[in-house]
Amino acid sequence: MTNEELYEKIKSRFGDYIVEHSEFRGELSVTVKKEKLVELMNFLKNDPELLFDYLVLVTAVDFPDRDERFDIVYELRSLPHKMIMRVKTRTKDGEPVDSVSSIWHSANWDEREVFDMFGVKFNNHPDLRRILMPEDWEGHPLRKEYPLKGKPEDDVWLDKHLPEGQLKKPRHTRMP
Amino acid sequence: MNEAYVTKNEREVILNVGPQHPATHGVLRYVVKLDGERIVSSDPQVGFLHRGIEKLAEYMTYHQFNPYTDRLDYLASMNNNLAYVMAVEKLLGISDKIPPRAQYIRVIMAELGRIASHLVWLATHALDIGAMTVFLYCFREREYIIDMFEMACGNRLTYNYIRIGGVARDLPDGFLDRLKEFTNLFYGKVKEYHQLLSKNRIWLKRTKDVGYISKEDAVNYGIAGPCTRGSGVDWDLRRDMPYLVYPELNFEIPVYDEGDVYARYLVRMEEMVQSNRILEQCVEKIPDGEVMVDEPQYVWEPKERIMTHNYALMKHFVKVVKGFKAPPGEVYFGAENPKGELGFYIYSTGEGKPYRLKIRAPSFINISAMPKMVEGGLIADIISVIGSLDFVFGECDR
Repeated sequence: MTNEELYEKIKSRFGDYIVEHSEFRGELSVTVKKEKLVELMNFLKNDPELLFDYLVLVTAVDFPDRDERFDIVYELRSLPHKMIMRVKTRTKDGEPVDSVSSIWHSANWDEREVFDMFGVKFNNHPDLRRILMPEDWEGHPLRKEYPLKGKPEDDVWLDKHLPEGQLKKPRHTRMP
Repeated sequence: MNEAYVTKNEREVILNVGPQHPATHGVLRYVVKLDGERIVSSDPQVGFLHRGIEKLAEYMTYHQFNPYTDRLDYLASMNNNLAYVMAVEKLLGISDKIPPRAQYIRVIMAELGRIASHLVWLATHALDIGAMTVFLYCFREREYIIDMFEMACGNRLTYNYIRIGGVARDLPDGFLDRLKEFTNLFYGKVKEYHQLLSKNRIWLKRTKDVGYISKEDAVNYGIAGPCTRGSGVDWDLRRDMPYLVYPELNFEIPVYDEGDVYARYLVRMEEMVQSNRILEQCVEKIPDGEVMVDEPQYVWEPKERIMTHNYALMKHFVKVVKGFKAPPGEVYFGAENPKGELGFYIYSTGEGKPYRLKIRAPSFINISAMPKMVEGGLIADIISVIGSLDFVFGECDR
């Protein structure tokens, strides 16, 4: 199935909810409104002509200047039909997105990572905790406003957790 | 003791395995809830080696980020370079312009990297279960491969050899002869490993019917590479979504249906043989020619030219400081790595640096399936499951 046919198939069913679509280097990406995300994903996974049974990754892209700030990106693959496509949805800061971890279990940790790195919350997620950063960390490092070398406040966390005598303040220069 | 006193909950013990445990291959904290020796539930906790590589990538030019990929899965640095570079080339739209010789060199390096990574896997997997000898055998052959890598690029662990547009330099004289020597030798070596382990009664008891995961679960949990092929999923990116010159080469994808640790062991052992077959064909088929694509706006110019031509030096300076402007768009490329599918998702806004770079790390996804595999098993099974999943924390935690 070519990308055009694939898009037509999605459009015939979810036409009103598609925000935009594009094709770049042979990869189709479809941006859908977040209310219809789970329904679309269920359709993509279970339709016999599509069978996108493998979720490659879930991630987010941060656009601080936009009203709907985060793009949540889902990269899908159909093992039986050897197809790939990308589904995206948009959300505002603080507004949760429906979790797809009931459809693909691999979304479980990926969504935890998105929550950890961007602070995007997911509805109906079985276990939404931080995963890569420490549990009592403040801030979400992959947001664009988060400085590369960390914030001065992070020293408080280090003082709390590092053993006595190790790396006392002042530490290396924290440039903004 | 009173029957009511020993309630079900009182039998349960919570045990921390790691983070500093010799068998976790890095810093994995594994919280297990036990009933006697049986595992009731478990929760792997990762992130101890988190270095923020994805954040760093947003502040770096595409060339500058290349050495960082070496530090992901440090046992197969060549394969990481390959996956990253192929993703950038896909973004630039120069994937099909890579000279054939460079493509063959990339395949040689990727397959050597696969063998080297699998050798470390076999060595540590066997060592964890208690077979010390295999470790020494495997590192003997790995040394041979590392020497070859050193010959080609001067480094022994982090290579940064595969670059955007081709490879850093042509193969040195005598490399292909050594490679030929290695491929002839290696079949016998794999037989030795099989003799040591495959029919060993202790090995069979520790690996058969341990860490079972079904075919449906393997796909649904997203685990990739040899781990899924041990569960009967016939999928390999080299064959099913081909890249480089893999379609021209003749190799088989080993698939076993049992879904246990022993099946994953057999898959990787067979993969080493198949990689060796690929290498044999590459030695025969490798053509002469350039090793770098002719796209001066994207790739480094030859050093001699930069040092002798004023204008070339100026252009080089701009490329180093600002990077090349990649077209705006987003791409995903996944390559079949020894651990599974390593993918790079790049979102470019047309600047010299990626706006967002996401690394799809196979180790991360594979660990997320661990609770499913060890549930109901014995606590000692954790060690053999960890060995069979073959994860590296540089990649998992990024």
